Amino acid sequence: MDAAFADAEFWAEYRALLRDFVGRPSPLMEATRYVAEPNAATLLFKREDLNHTGAHKINNTVGQGLLAQRMAKRRLIAETGAGQHGVATATIGAKLGIPVDVFMGAIDVERQSLNVYVMQLLGARVHPVTSGTQTLKDATNEAFREWAGRVEDTFYVIGSVVGAHPYPYMVREFQRIIGVEARAQVLERYERLPTDVIACVGGGSNAMGIFSGFVDDASVRLWGVEAAGHGLSSPDTAASLNAGTIGILHGSRSYVLQSAEGQVRNTHSISAGLDYPGVGPEHAFLKESGRAAYVAATDEEALAAFHRCAEREGIVPALESAHALAFAERLALERGRDGLVLVNLSGRGDKDTRHVAALESRQ
Amino acid sequence: MSGVERIAAAFARAKAERRVALIPYLCAGDPDAATTAAILAAIAPSVDVIEIGIPYGDPLADGPTIAAAAQRALDGGMTIDGALALARDASREDGPPIIMFTYVNPIVQYGLERFAEAMFAAGAAGAIVPDVPLEEIGPIRSAFAPRGLALPLLVAPTTPLERAAGIAEASDGFVYLVSRLGVTSAQREPDFDWIAGRVARLRERTPKPIAVGFGIATPEHVRRVSAIADGAIVGSALIDACAGYRGDEAVARVGAFLEGLAATA
Ligand SMILES: Cc1ncc(COP(=O)(O)O)c(C=O)c1O
Repeated sequence: MDAAFADAEFWAEYRALLRDFVGRPSPLMEATRYVAEPNAATLLFKREDLNHTGAHKINNTVGQGLLAQRMAKRRLIAETGAGQHGVATATIGAKLGIPVDVFMGAIDVERQSLNVYVMQLLGARVHPVTSGTQTLKDATNEAFREWAGRVEDTFYVIGSVVGAHPYPYMVREFQRIIGVEARAQVLERYERLPTDVIACVGGGSNAMGIFSGFVDDASVRLWGVEAAGHGLSSPDTAASLNAGTIGILHGSRSYVLQSAEGQVRNTHSISAGLDYPGVGPEHAFLKESGRAAYVAATDEEALAAFHRCAEREGIVPALESAHALAFAERLALERGRDGLVLVNLSGRGDKDTRHVAALESRQ
Repeated sequence: MSGVERIAAAFARAKAERRVALIPYLCAGDPDAATTAAILAAIAPSVDVIEIGIPYGDPLADGPTIAAAAQRALDGGMTIDGALALARDASREDGPPIIMFTYVNPIVQYGLERFAEAMFAAGAAGAIVPDVPLEEIGPIRSAFAPRGLALPLLVAPTTPLERAAGIAEASDGFVYLVSRLGVTSAQREPDFDWIAGRVARLRERTPKPIAVGFGIATPEHVRRVSAIADGAIVGSALIDACAGYRGDEAVARVGAFLEGLAATA
């Protein structure tokens, strides 16, 4: 990785694929109707949903795919929750001609069946994981085990800023493009920095990506929005930074939802992509240093934001991103007219429509 | 004798008797504490060292057999204190030293000092913590060393020789050589020629006993290891031998299985 990172040719290849294959730069859009209060802040969406495959995940898989190619690995493996990272890995595998195996919790296979089919269309094999909670944590366990047995020919493409070093650092560097673009776009259009930057936090990659553009701008407030599930004090939550304690999971030390005996707790979120008991270690650092603040949105709040964004902006957002949108509404009202609030719209919601329809027909 | 010394003595005795040290692994509380206690009491006279696993819900180094055993134990309510109580009851001055096997997160939450003190009080000889790399052992070592507790370290098949030598140097009691790539499981045949080469190269760098684990499952495997190394660690196959049984039936099955292994040790 160090050799590739120091090689301008590697980054040139990465940027060319982001331009021609992913469709970057992604647009910055003013969301004029989402809040629609005369005294609310100006609200901006960074449109990662418009990337090829519909989320920010592909920025990272393009980078890791190129790295795997340089290292002459013959197979990519990935864990996936929502299926977005699995699709993004299958996509770069197809593009670069490297076979892909994806590990996905059996419950998520059910919740995100559309993405399972897309991965298969792209030529990847999807392995449902039936151990433990059958969600992202267990898919990650299984991918690590598979990797341990095949490190020589296999590259493990981790989907977020989690896992052992160098993953949290490497994935952040591949997602940094979001923040770099967004900062330039906001400055160009508004001739000032945003007052606030908001992103949802599962493992934390889209958030680290957009935060990296602004972390040195002391005036810009950074907000991570976790999945509260049924509520922060309920056992059915996935908000590690808000409701967890420091522990060691998947090779890094950060906040973990766990019992007093260090057993990792079952988590819950309406969105599969946020349903993870840990969080990237750099978020723990940003929290403890006070540079970023971490709040949470419940399933219900995210669902309301999902509908609101669809009806008022003409964008069906990913349920993950809807957590950021839920908080954005609150903050835009609080900031008032001088506020310039930037939200990372990390993905589009096509993958969630069946799940939401099923949930709502049950009610 | 300290834990480190008791482990050294156990390897020395096996060597004097021209045997490979037989090291079974059991998961505490699988399927219940009483069964584990009965198995421990029954096997103590015929093995050299015993590993007792503290069950963990996310055992990254373990395959399906041990992961399922851990889940059964957790479902039955097994805890760190429960596992240490089993160790205490099984621990005898003249019996095989007991080494706990635990992932790092549970003992960090428990408190490393508190865990070391509780292990010492239970008469355990030390602990294997498979998910801590050499660079991070400091805090564990600091808690263990003053109490004479051993921290045996693992060498993976992909570990470069220089690093393996460094791990061996820092390892207490013995060096745990992982026999092949991947997680624990009795499903895949170990490559004994590869293991022999690896052990030979490690021997040039360390005088410590070398025990081989991961995939050692049959009397024939133990026979092959006995010609190469100083210890044979058997986990998944032993759990497979008694999975689904409790009490006397589980004890009888483990007994018969270990008898088969001891014959070729
Ligand atoms: C659209 C979208 N946003 C966010 C996430 C959460 O991941 P992270 O916190 O790493 O950005 C996911 C994960 O699948 C996702 O698909």
